[in-house]
Amino acid sequence: MTLKKLMRGTHVLGEAAIRAGCRAYFGYPITPQNELPEYMASAFAKMDDAIFMQAESELASINMVMGAAIAGARVMTSSSSPGISLKQEGISYLAAMELPAVIVNMMRGGPGLGNIAPSQGDYFQAVKGGGHGDYRLIVFAPAYGQEIADMTRQAFDLADNYRTPVMILGDGMMGQMMEPVVFPEPIDLTSLPRKEWVLDGAKGRPSRIIRSLWLDVDKEEEFNWRLFRKYEMISREIPDQEIYLADDAELIIVAYGTAARIAKGGVHRARSMGLKVGLFRPKTLWPFPAEPLARLAEAVRHIMVFEMSTGQMVEDVRLAVEGRCPVSFYGRPGGVVSTPEEIARELATAYGMPGSSETHGRGALNGRRAVARR
Amino acid sequence: MKKVFSRPESLKPTPFHYCPGCGHSIIHRVVAEVIDELGIRERTIGVPPAGCAVLAYNYLDVDMAEAPHGRAAAVATGIKRVLLDRVVFTYQGDGDIAAIGTAETIHAANRGERITSIFVNNAVYGMTGGQMAPTTILGQVTTTSPGGRAPLRDGNPLDLSEMLAIAAGSVYIERTSVSSPKGILRTRRAIRKAFVTQLEDKGFSLVEILSPCPTNWKMSPTEAARWVDARMSEIFPPKVIKDVA
Ligand SMILES: Cc1ncc(C[n+]2csc(CCOP(=O)(O)OP(=O)(O)O)c2C)c(N)n1
Ligand code: SF4
Repeated sequence: MTLKKLMRGTHVLGEAAIRAGCRAYFGYPITPQNELPEYMASAFAKMDDAIFMQAESELASINMVMGAAIAGARVMTSSSSPGISLKQEGISYLAAMELPAVIVNMMRGGPGLGNIAPSQGDYFQAVKGGGHGDYRLIVFAPAYGQEIADMTRQAFDLADNYRTPVMILGDGMMGQMMEPVVFPEPIDLTSLPRKEWVLDGAKGRPSRIIRSLWLDVDKEEEFNWRLFRKYEMISREIPDQEIYLADDAELIIVAYGTAARIAKGGVHRARSMGLKVGLFRPKTLWPFPAEPLARLAEAVRHIMVFEMSTGQMVEDVRLAVEGRCPVSFYGRPGGVVSTPEEIARELATAYGMPGSSETHGRGALNGRRAVARR
Repeated sequence: MKKVFSRPESLKPTPFHYCPGCGHSIIHRVVAEVIDELGIRERTIGVPPAGCAVLAYNYLDVDMAEAPHGRAAAVATGIKRVLLDRVVFTYQGDGDIAAIGTAETIHAANRGERITSIFVNNAVYGMTGGQMAPTTILGQVTTTSPGGRAPLRDGNPLDLSEMLAIAAGSVYIERTSVSSPKGILRTRRAIRKAFVTQLEDKGFSLVEILSPCPTNWKMSPTEAARWVDARMSEIFPPKVIKDVA
């Protein structure tokens, strides 16, 4: 029998990770994601084959993740924006050494120390590199508790299959939200394919090397193209999205994660006002589901992007749409959480735009808060 | 016929690329000999971070993983925690262990991590061309301390090994040198003891080795070896710094 459990997002993620075979967790405290390491610590304390460590920094924790991945474990770390910045060097190395690992970022307001409110200011950092070098990071953007559970399982599987780090990008609000979830059955670790590349001592086989240094430029180039081909394969195989109420839509709002939940509320309200409005929600941010969005752009009058930032994903939307229809942006950065009513108002404005040309600049909302419309 | 000089099994037949008179070549050989002697080749994992010896895996015939500059102790921790019955060692320069990686090293020692650090102290940043290191001695000329290291401007030589000895989790710490046959013998004994400490699951062990870098010191190999004994050893005297194994 499948049993629904009511749990907060961070705990859902922790439980799903354990069921996905995660047996090593390394982290460093930062709000708003502390409930995740705390969950791992108490769950792992009851298991005799699992390692929880609170490291001395995010730098140390991502490098411990590297070590555990080298030794073959399914391993995870989590943090929030400033801590994820510190992990970037390690993420670049994980990509270069082709090591599987899951990294969770529960985004908070920034830049700098910012605040601990939910935000989407780390989109660029997550999908455009973050660390140095020519690599890509698979980025999942769950919006619902159930999706946190499902995507966490998928993240561990994909990390192993492609030998690459995977990020789950959420925010503090998602982490706190209590939702009913059905968990997948725990994985049987012995059923997983053997990793023929791990370092566990050269017993009865030649010694192995895991490296990222290629002083010979020809070798480094060859390696970069090999990674590129892997990323191409990932781009073909895993892009995912939700398309909602789009069949008759004239206006589509594009949003991910928590922003997409708010956007969906906005869509419902706009529909009740008689506006033909739908939602496009990327579930993978890299690879970005560009093709289905491009097809949708052929059929609608206008696309509006909503982010809890001054506008980052909107660049990928414009790249995907390639001028097929106008694209406008509405954003609330800094940890402000919009309401569905607010989004419905913005949708109505965009809906009424003749030929739906783009809006630019900042407008006043309720006569008090400046918002970014562009 | 009796073989007087044979290659340790844990050393690949590749010729070393290190400069003539460089301590790394000697230390690699000593590490390989100890691994052979203890019969742990098939369960040893080495972690060389960025530094002149990052290519140690071209020579040592054991499983090896590179680490980012300074992070060897954290990477080794991750490996060891997953594979408790393996022997995990880092092979780090002074810049790596005593500047950029100080935090990772102190905390690994303090946790009593069952790993062994081979700390090669050559008083400069070798790989990047001879800049000042945390272990550069006062007055020593480097490319970034052209008038000699001055304490008020450049800070003082850092005695990391003494600092690590304070950590409750460190069990065995010795400083040796490879500037003389006697020093090499002592180094061999120290590395052996450090590995045994790990095999006995006692805690963190480290061997700091004073090692010539003739190229960046702008000396002949003979002069460099003499400088280790005459000058470096004054500031960093070879001795057992901590032994509670
Ligand atoms: C984050 C980062 N910063 C700087 C470097 C450049 N770098 C490579 S090795 C090194 C220091 C080498 O000195 P040391 O650790 O003493 O080893 P040696 O080469 O002398 O054996 C530096 C600064 C790097 N690879 N990564
Ligand atoms: S630069 Fe110095 S440390 Fe590096 S290989 Fe040459 S002698 Fe050895």
